[in-house]
Amino acid sequence: MQQTRSQIAVFSSIGKSFLELIGNLGAMALFFAEGFAKIFRRKQAREIIYQVFYIGAKSTNIVLLIGLFTGMVLGLQLYYTLIKFGSEGVLGSVIALSLIRELGPVLTAIMITARAGSAMAAEIGILRISEQIDALYTMRVDPVRYIVSPRIAASIISFPLLTAFFDLIGIFGGYLTGVVLLGVDKGAYFYRVQAYVDLVDIKGGFLKSLVFAVLVSTICCFQGYFTHMRTDSYGAKSVSLSTTSAVVMSCVMILVSDYVVTSFLM
Amino acid sequence: MRNDSCLGLCRHLIPHVESSMDEPLIEFRDVTKRFGDRTILDRINLKIYDNQITTIIGKSGTGKSVLLKHIIGLLKPDEGIILFRGMPVHEMGKGEWDTYRSQISYMFQNNALFDSLNVFDNIALPLRQTTNLRKREIIRRVMTRIQQTELTDVARKYPSELSGGMQKRVALARALVNDPKIVLFDEPTTGQDPIRKNIILSMIAHYRRKFGFTAVLISHDIPDVFFISDRIILLWEGKAAFQGNYEESLRLDHPMIDELLHSLEGFQDELTGLLSKQVFKNRYTMTLQRRQLDTTVSAILFTVEFDLAADLFGAPVFEILRIMGQNMNDFFGPLGGFSARHQRNQLLTILPHIQLADAQALLDTFVHQVQEKAFSDIQAMIRANMGANMCLNISVKAGIIEGTSTDDIDIIIDKAESSQKIVAVYRCDQGGEAR
Repeated sequence: MQQTRSQIAVFSSIGKSFLELIGNLGAMALFFAEGFAKIFRRKQAREIIYQVFYIGAKSTNIVLLIGLFTGMVLGLQLYYTLIKFGSEGVLGSVIALSLIRELGPVLTAIMITARAGSAMAAEIGILRISEQIDALYTMRVDPVRYIVSPRIAASIISFPLLTAFFDLIGIFGGYLTGVVLLGVDKGAYFYRVQAYVDLVDIKGGFLKSLVFAVLVSTICCFQGYFTHMRTDSYGAKSVSLSTTSAVVMSCVMILVSDYVVTSFLM
Repeated sequence: MRNDSCLGLCRHLIPHVESSMDEPLIEFRDVTKRFGDRTILDRINLKIYDNQITTIIGKSGTGKSVLLKHIIGLLKPDEGIILFRGMPVHEMGKGEWDTYRSQISYMFQNNALFDSLNVFDNIALPLRQTTNLRKREIIRRVMTRIQQTELTDVARKYPSELSGGMQKRVALARALVNDPKIVLFDEPTTGQDPIRKNIILSMIAHYRRKFGFTAVLISHDIPDVFFISDRIILLWEGKAAFQGNYEESLRLDHPMIDELLHSLEGFQDELTGLLSKQVFKNRYTMTLQRRQLDTTVSAILFTVEFDLAADLFGAPVFEILRIMGQNMNDFFGPLGGFSARHQRNQLLTILPHIQLADAQALLDTFVHQVQEKAFSDIQAMIRANMGANMCLNISVKAGIIEGTSTDDIDIIIDKAESSQKIVAVYRCDQGGEAR
């Protein structure tokens, strides 16, 4: 009898968590739909431009830095692997395809999540707990339009652009280690890049970065916006936990959705 | 339990008040709000009338803020309806709801200023986001409010760089920048010193007169808040236990009212240091009316008036009242007199066992002391606080009356007020000479 009860409790707990997950996913989808629809309302340009500056322009340096070293590491690793098969001539194409198809969108999204996504969640969370979101409502300023929509729009604009920067600097990083350091032929390196990278690869990479932009901006804004609904904490602690949740969930969803999108593209 | 909280008073009182008023602007009918297992508002009925200052008082946690948030739509009732000019707000279409909302402004207890925007941008935000006004017009309106609330010097500063009182003024300026018809103030004076409290309350009264809005105010600052209130609503155990004006509330002989009003209203008026109005009346009743039937009593009612420009905003105005109160206590106290702050700028002294001629002589001496000492103290304080070139025209009116202890105190006060004349004046254009 006791054992049956504990079994029921386990299943009940799993069911409850699952229902909560489904509920949250539904709420997030509606939240994104509302935020996206309100991008096209009046008086948005100024806020969107500011958010593009904050999420995009201010993330450029860190994205370029990470992109450069990712390309350089790829150059090193792949050179010593390919040379075993006498195929070091294809180094440029392997680096370019790895970056454009996978590493560029994924690492860029993770870097923006760490830098701007966490800031989104924390900033919106503080707006919530200090009643600034309620204040917007009382002034008849739609909080979703004013706070969330510009961030979603800015993410959709910034993610593909930063991914492109990451890809380019990564290919250059591979060039530095492969060509300059290890002596691969310069012409062969760029010829392979040009020959093997198709438009479909670039489109696939951009599609992923758009998906990541939607996921990261929605998750981070959602976590901050509903900080006050958390049952596990209140006040500053809830902002802290919301920020952590936003970053963790975003990273997990980037990798999960990367697999899903890749499997559709292949 | 639900009826016990009113003890029969609610039903008794509300019709009495209603009979003298028009259709309410906002009405709560049987509104209930629960958070989890806790019932905050329990089938509450109340009315808020147009162009009045309605003050909501009650112990902490009785649902005062919850009530305000229902008015503006931040919260929705679990049961019951809220009517705006007789129309249920939940039945309003989008256009009607927007129109209703556009008439209401809300000043939050913690100000809720946008900490990433400076003072100017905070105040301009509602205009920029909800209107199609040109940039020049927005700047004009915002600067007008900034000047009216004396924030010109800090217009480019961020909220975190301002004092609590300044932040309140920014919140007030933002709440008024759209020229709302109804302004909801959630504890606008919390955490302020007595001077600042009175400044903020006076600002509300001043703007109400100037712009003609309806104010709903939550405050614990009794009795100061009563000086500006037309109507008081007492929340008790989720219900409106009393609705009416201050005088009506004092006539109620009920332990619940006593407990709240008398516990909130301290022994002394926080600003002037004089007796609180209620304690003053109790003392008059206990020491004079109940002991000796034919005691001669003289009453002196002082009214302190200021420059129009200085009226209402500057801390000096309340410092003057404080200094006057201190002087009255020091002068009349040793003679057996007791004093209270009667209205915002009125101070009253009762002199038991003193006839009119003697009271007049005492008044003359007191006025001389005011001219010699109090005025110079006041101007020194103004110069210290507002700059060496600052000066404030002040006039003091006094009305003196003789009665007996059997006379009703309110009648004595009315007679003293009607006999008031100017007894002391301080004019800056005459080199600060008092006469």
